[in-house]
Amino acid sequence: MRAPDRRYVAAALAPLALLALTGCHVDMWRQPKLIAEHENAFFKDGSASQLPPPGTIARGALRENEAFYTGAVQGNLIEEPPVPINRETIERGRKQFGIHCAPCHGSLGYGNGMIAQRGLAMRRTPGNYHTDRLREMPIGYFYDVITNGAGVMFSAAARVEPEDRWKIAVYIRVLQLSQHAKLSDVPAAEREKLGAHGAPPEAGSPPAGQTDLSGGSDRRGEQR
Amino acid sequence: MRQLFPPASNTIARVSLTLGLLLPAVALLAGSAISRAPYNTKVDIPLDQPVPFSHEHHVNELGLDCQYCHTSVEKGPKAGLPPTHTCMGCHSQIWTNSPLLEPVRKSFQTGEPIKWNLVNSVPDFVYFDHSIHVKKGIGCTECHGPVHEMQITYKAKPFHMAWCLQCHRKPEEFIRPKEEVMNPHYSHPKNHVEVGRKLVDEYGIKVEQLTDCSICHR
Repeated sequence: MRAPDRRYVAAALAPLALLALTGCHVDMWRQPKLIAEHENAFFKDGSASQLPPPGTIARGALRENEAFYTGAVQGNLIEEPPVPINRETIERGRKQFGIHCAPCHGSLGYGNGMIAQRGLAMRRTPGNYHTDRLREMPIGYFYDVITNGAGVMFSAAARVEPEDRWKIAVYIRVLQLSQHAKLSDVPAAEREKLGAHGAPPEAGSPPAGQTDLSGGSDRRGEQR
Repeated sequence: MRQLFPPASNTIARVSLTLGLLLPAVALLAGSAISRAPYNTKVDIPLDQPVPFSHEHHVNELGLDCQYCHTSVEKGPKAGLPPTHTCMGCHSQIWTNSPLLEPVRKSFQTGEPIKWNLVNSVPDFVYFDHSIHVKKGIGCTECHGPVHEMQITYKAKPFHMAWCLQCHRKPEEFIRPKEEVMNPHYSHPKNHVEVGRKLVDEYGIKVEQLTDCSICHR
């Protein structure tokens, strides 16, 4: 038998060699573009995510509405929230309150959330909304505290959008009313339903025998 | 005439025929096994991090919602890693002397971000968007696994295209009610496919479009 021509052998092996190359092709996997939060050598600090220069305002995002974005007009806290008060607002406020506030302030706002309970060495306990001082505070105050922080509480502005901050403030009002309501606040037609439960708990303290589990609990036991 | 083939040729012929069939098959199987193994996909392998952050502690024990830290999950493509400011909101008061948190304090003082190691990622030609998934009833744990039980975060699913397509072909098997999206303890009911079909309709998910190339690739 005659040895096969080398050219035929080479022609037969070429596709196989090409096949081997496919494994090394990654230019589409790792494209030379910036991806948020990823590393990138283009900027000095090695991060693709950069803060805009101070004072930058995105198109259409100039915050001209002083009351809406600061909670005050010329230094005076506003009394009426600049968002419509309806079920949708309150539900959204409750959800955002549960995410961002309840861990420290508790689901009812007595300042006894899970973080307050676990953080034994806290220098200052989280605020309790059910005091005369806070019940009488204009609603703009709550917006201001969420935006700028207060005492040892950090600003939540980076986490909560202005619209949601107002909805949280509205929900705090709901909590305050719920814990300080008198029988006369209940529509006459509904009063009878409350009859059997006796007097509401003393305002300003959590209902007796109820531990606040809002901010969480060891939920491993109750996995569905 | 001279014998062209010695007696051993029979064996050589049989062996080479068998190997010629077996080897490519074995190579294919081995290749696909390796590409699906944690060696390649990194599934179930916790990554070293500059701070040994425990989701188990923060989510399961303290009950923090995913969105306390991952604030942009409803709004954009990225769920968002929290800035050091978010960590310090609590850790300026709690565990203030812990040596484990030293990198966090240092980052807060210097303004230099903490360099976390990337746990989950897709290739750059995949344009994944968190917001549309959480808006349409795909829960966090569906792709990220039991994050609330992770002491150190690990990748729970392979993030292969074939894996994505399971759900893009049959979303009714994975969808859940919108209110349950952030609930890590959610488990699907027994009749989940039936319920899922209703949710797919209710949320206006056009299943026939979900496997279009341009849904994920540009």
